[in-house]
Amino acid sequence: MRKTNFSVTAPALSRTGGVLREIYKNRTIYLFISPFFLLFAVFGLFPILFSIYLAFQKWDGIGKMEFTGLGNFRYLIMDELFWQSIFNTLQIWVYSTIPMLFFALIIAFLLNSSFIRFRNVYRVAYFLPNVTSIVAVSIIFGTLFGNRYGFLNFLLTAFGLEPVEWLNSSFWLKIAIATIIIWRWTGYNAIIYLAGLQSIPNELYEAARIDGANLAQIFFKITIPLLRPVILFTVITSTIGGMQIFTEPQILVGNSGGPGGAGLTIVLYLYQQSFINHLFGYGSAIAWGMFVIILLFSILNWKIVQRNEKL
Amino acid sequence: MVKYYRNAFIIHFLLFLGMIVSMFPFYWLIVMSTRKTSDMFRFPPKVTFGPELATNVKNVFANIDFFTAFANSLFVSAVSTLFVLFFCSLAGFSFAKFDFPGKKVLFISLLITMMIPGQLSLVPSFIIMQKLSWVGTFKALIIPGMVSAFGIFWIRQYASGAIHDDLMNAGRIDGCSNFRLFWNVALPILRPALAFLGIFTFIGNWNDYLWPLIVINNPKKYTLQIALSQLNSIYNTDYAMVMAGTLMATFPLIVLFLIVSRQFIADIAAGALKT
Repeated sequence: MRKTNFSVTAPALSRTGGVLREIYKNRTIYLFISPFFLLFAVFGLFPILFSIYLAFQKWDGIGKMEFTGLGNFRYLIMDELFWQSIFNTLQIWVYSTIPMLFFALIIAFLLNSSFIRFRNVYRVAYFLPNVTSIVAVSIIFGTLFGNRYGFLNFLLTAFGLEPVEWLNSSFWLKIAIATIIIWRWTGYNAIIYLAGLQSIPNELYEAARIDGANLAQIFFKITIPLLRPVILFTVITSTIGGMQIFTEPQILVGNSGGPGGAGLTIVLYLYQQSFINHLFGYGSAIAWGMFVIILLFSILNWKIVQRNEKL
Repeated sequence: MVKYYRNAFIIHFLLFLGMIVSMFPFYWLIVMSTRKTSDMFRFPPKVTFGPELATNVKNVFANIDFFTAFANSLFVSAVSTLFVLFFCSLAGFSFAKFDFPGKKVLFISLLITMMIPGQLSLVPSFIIMQKLSWVGTFKALIIPGMVSAFGIFWIRQYASGAIHDDLMNAGRIDGCSNFRLFWNVALPILRPALAFLGIFTFIGNWNDYLWPLIVINNPKKYTLQIALSQLNSIYNTDYAMVMAGTLMATFPLIVLFLIVSRQFIADIAAGALKT
C-alpha cells in the first residue's frame, strides 16, 4: 500500500523519498542490527559521556556531588601514585611484550618447518595457557614465585644462584607479572604468526635452503620481513592488552599493588581509588588520564612502526 | 641427510623445551592439589603426586560454596553466550547480505567501538547498575554483554563468503520474510562460525574477573573467579587447598578446550588475520 503512495511523490522530492523508502523497506534489517547500537548507547556511550561529567565532581557515590572544576585533574597531575602506576604499567609492558613476541616468532618459525610432526600437539600445548583464567594462572604462579621457598627459587639455588624475593622487590615483582603475561600469551601470538607464516610460499624457503642459508639467516632475511603486517597486529593488540593489566598484580599482591606500590598498574589504581576508596569523581579523572596516555602511546607506537616501514 | 636429521632434532628439542615450560604450571597445579602445603615450600619441592587430594577438595567445599559459584558461572556464561550468538548472527548476517542506507557508517562506527578501552567507563557503568538496582544480580553480568562488536564482525566476514545470493533469492521467491531468511537459510550455514563465537564468548565470560568483582557483592552470586580470588586472599596459608580449588575451577574449561582445540585454534588465527 505504502509503496504506491511513494511512487507518486513529486520529482523534486524523489531523492529523499527514495532514501526514506529504502529505509522503510529495510525496517526489519534495522531492527536486526539495533541491539548492538542500543546496548552500546546505554552501556558504552552514555557511561563515557557521564564519566566526563563525573571527572569534574567530587563524589563518594552516596552523598551529594560537589562540582570541583579542574580540581581532580590538578590533583591527578601532582599525584605521584598516578605517575608511578603509569611507569609501572609501561615497564611491565616492555618486560612482557618484547620477550613474548620474540618467543612467539621463534615458536611459530619452528612449527612451520616442513619436517615437523606432532604439529597439532605442540599447538594445543602452547595455546592451553591462554584459555585458563588469569585468576587461576596468577594463583598458580604466586606459589611458583614464593618469596623464600617457591619453586623458582629452588631452581635458582640449584644452579648456585641467590634466591630472589620475587614479590617483595620492586623490580622482580614486575618481572613476575611480566612472566605470567608472557606465559599466557606467547602461544596465542605464536598461533597467529604461524598462520601468517603459512601464507608465505614454500618456494622462498626452498630457494634459500638451496643457496645454503642456515636457519638463522632464513629467519631474519625471509620470515621477519614478510610477516611485518602480522607483527604489527600483535604489537597493537598487546599494547592495548598491556595497558589494561589488572588481575595479575591484584591476585599476586592485592589491591595496594604490593610493597612500595611496585605492582600498581593504571587499572589497579583506577579500581583502588574508585571502588575501595569510593572516589568516583577522581576515579573518572584517572580513567581519562589513562585514556590520554594510551592514546599518546598508541600514536607514538604507530609512528615508530611507520618510520621503520620506510627504512 | 645428516644435516636434515640434525635440524629436525634441534627443532624438536627446542619445541619440546618450550612445551615443558608451557605445561609445567598445569603439572604443578595438579601435583600441589594432591599434597600438603608444607610440601610445596620444601627444598627440594616435591614434584610427584601425593595422597592429599580428597582432603584438599573437602577443605575447598568447607571454605567456599564451590557448587553455587560453579553453577553461577555456568549460568552466566551460558546465557550470555546464547544472547551473543543470536544477536551477533542476526546483525552480522544483516550487514553481510543486505544493502540499506547508512550501512557503511554504521559498520565503521561498530568497528571503532572495539577500540575504546572498557575501563574508561568503569565507574559510570557501575553507577548505572546501581541506579537500575542490578548490582549483585546476574543482570549486571549478562545484559551489557549480550552482543559484541567482534561477534558481529566475525559473523559478517563468514556470512559474506558462505551465504550465496542465489540462495537468498530462492528464499525470497518462496516468500520468506527477512527473519525466516535468517533463521531457515542463514543460520544452518553459519554453524561453524557460531561454534567458534560461542566457545570464544563462553571462555571469555567464564574467565571474566574485573567487572564481576565490581558489581557482584553478594556471596550467593559469586562467580567462580571471584570465589577463587576470595579463597586465595582469605585462606592463603593453606595453599594446597587453594590449588585444589583452582584445579576444580579450571578443569572443565581445559576439557572443553581440548575437545574443540583443533578448529578453535585455527579460527583464532583466522580471526586475527582478518582484522
